[in-house]
Amino acid sequence: MIKKIVKFCVTAFAALIYLCPFYILIVYALKRLTDQSSKWIPPAYLYLDNFINVLKKGNLLTAIKNNIIITASAVIIIILISSFASYPLARLKTKLNNTIYMVLIAFMIVPPLSILVPLYRFMIDINGMNTYWGIILLHVTFNVPLAVFLYTGFMNNISVQLDEAAIIDGCNRISLFFRIIFPLLKNITVTVAILSGVSIWNDYQFSNFFLESSSMFTPTKALSQFISQFGNELGLVAAGCIISMLPILILYFLLQKQFMSGSVAGAIKG
Amino acid sequence: MTGKIKRFIASKYVINIMYIPVLILLVTFILVPFIKGIRISFTDWDGYSQTYHYVGLDNYTKMFSDAKVLRTIKNTFIYGFGSAIMQNILGFSFAMMFLKNSRSSKVMRTLIYMPVIISGLIMGYIWYFFFQYSGGAVNDIMMLFGKPPVDWLANGTRAVLIITGVNIFQFAGISMVIYIAGLKDIPEEYYEAALIDGATPVNKLRYITLPLLMPSINSSVVMNLIGGLKLYDVIMSLTKGGPGYDTMSLSTMVYTLYFSRSDAGYSSALGVFMVIIIAIISLSMLAFFRSREVEL
Repeated sequence: MIKKIVKFCVTAFAALIYLCPFYILIVYALKRLTDQSSKWIPPAYLYLDNFINVLKKGNLLTAIKNNIIITASAVIIIILISSFASYPLARLKTKLNNTIYMVLIAFMIVPPLSILVPLYRFMIDINGMNTYWGIILLHVTFNVPLAVFLYTGFMNNISVQLDEAAIIDGCNRISLFFRIIFPLLKNITVTVAILSGVSIWNDYQFSNFFLESSSMFTPTKALSQFISQFGNELGLVAAGCIISMLPILILYFLLQKQFMSGSVAGAIKG
Repeated sequence: MTGKIKRFIASKYVINIMYIPVLILLVTFILVPFIKGIRISFTDWDGYSQTYHYVGLDNYTKMFSDAKVLRTIKNTFIYGFGSAIMQNILGFSFAMMFLKNSRSSKVMRTLIYMPVIISGLIMGYIWYFFFQYSGGAVNDIMMLFGKPPVDWLANGTRAVLIITGVNIFQFAGISMVIYIAGLKDIPEEYYEAALIDGATPVNKLRYITLPLLMPSINSSVVMNLIGGLKLYDVIMSLTKGGPGYDTMSLSTMVYTLYFSRSDAGYSSALGVFMVIIIAIISLSMLAFFRSREVEL
């Protein structure tokens, strides 16, 4: 009995801690700038101007559109080229391929910021600043090592007998991948799409460095710029935060299970 | 020559062409910049002019007598190890509490995991609403008790702890789901056998749960540690590394040295140092945990 009460109290406390930040965020967004009352008390009036104003001033709709284009293209490219790469790495374990695999995985350790200076110069040299393709290629590159790791692990568990049967039937090795192997990768593809999709959608580093013109901004970059301009109008900022996280929150509530199991699969086991 | 190509196409090695796109990308956008970065780290380049001088190891030796950088390194370790330790303790406790598939457990898991999918930058702003000076949610509570408001983020040491706390809050959910998956993999018979042998709950935890959970602990700790050592977004939205350089991490310092101080050589040297530190720490952690894993 006491155990139950203690458990209930701890659970309620944890729930409170996890709900508080979102509650305060919403109250901020719904209050007038002139309203000096405590942020713990919800407003007694309905006021949605913060949302309307931040959409107008902050260019958030363009930013969300940009982010959809960038995230969707990058995720599709990641799925294609990582699953391609994993096929030889899982099926032909030659010395060369094993080395390539190890080097590829080792790239996961390099944080983008550690090579910021040369990367920034390089993006200027190839005219990749402020372009969709520039930032998409960067996102693809930095997400590919984990994706290859996941695909290769998954393919190791697909029986080679399938390949052999197909070859006897006269299938060539590359079309074998497209016809037999690729359709079997559905589950791990969902994981790869969620893991890389979330990290690209939420990215601030790359958009901060490589997107400088406001028509190319993503929501994070737009918000940070907005704050340096309208830093004292925190109600607007709060509304901007809510609008920016809405798309991914909706996706999360629809696909909770996949999000959580994605995290488990993505936890690298050395 | 054409004969060789034809033979290659007919052989089973033809599928090796499928990793070429990935290799091209990784070489172009990571390997080549990384090597260039090492070269720049030996110069006094400002990041834009045509001329620069080689200064040998100056940038590296400077690092260890520069109080700002030493502070940055210390902060990075607090962000990394503080987050890794607390996230795993919290994550494990949450996992034990919300392991069963009851309705309330499911709601709690959804809630605790939710911050994981929100951008670190936005998470920082959300907590900024708590800790900011005029009308922040924490100061509203202080006023309620008749205490004067406090500028929470103005004190470097306190701000470092707040940033670490926000990072823990955000990513404890990842540890939780990793531990739940790990705990569900432990066969029930082990606990039944322990019960027959009269094991206490503490014994069960120590001799069954923890040893069998080692692979999960391994991945969870290493992942959170690397995440904390790379911390950037939350710092940018809460303090931008300030006041002064008091809350800088290696990531924000590399950024500041390049964009605000035009010290590309020094910034690159710090970047190289960052890769080395992260590589050493994560490899030694992996080795440490590997030696403690037991086979089922």
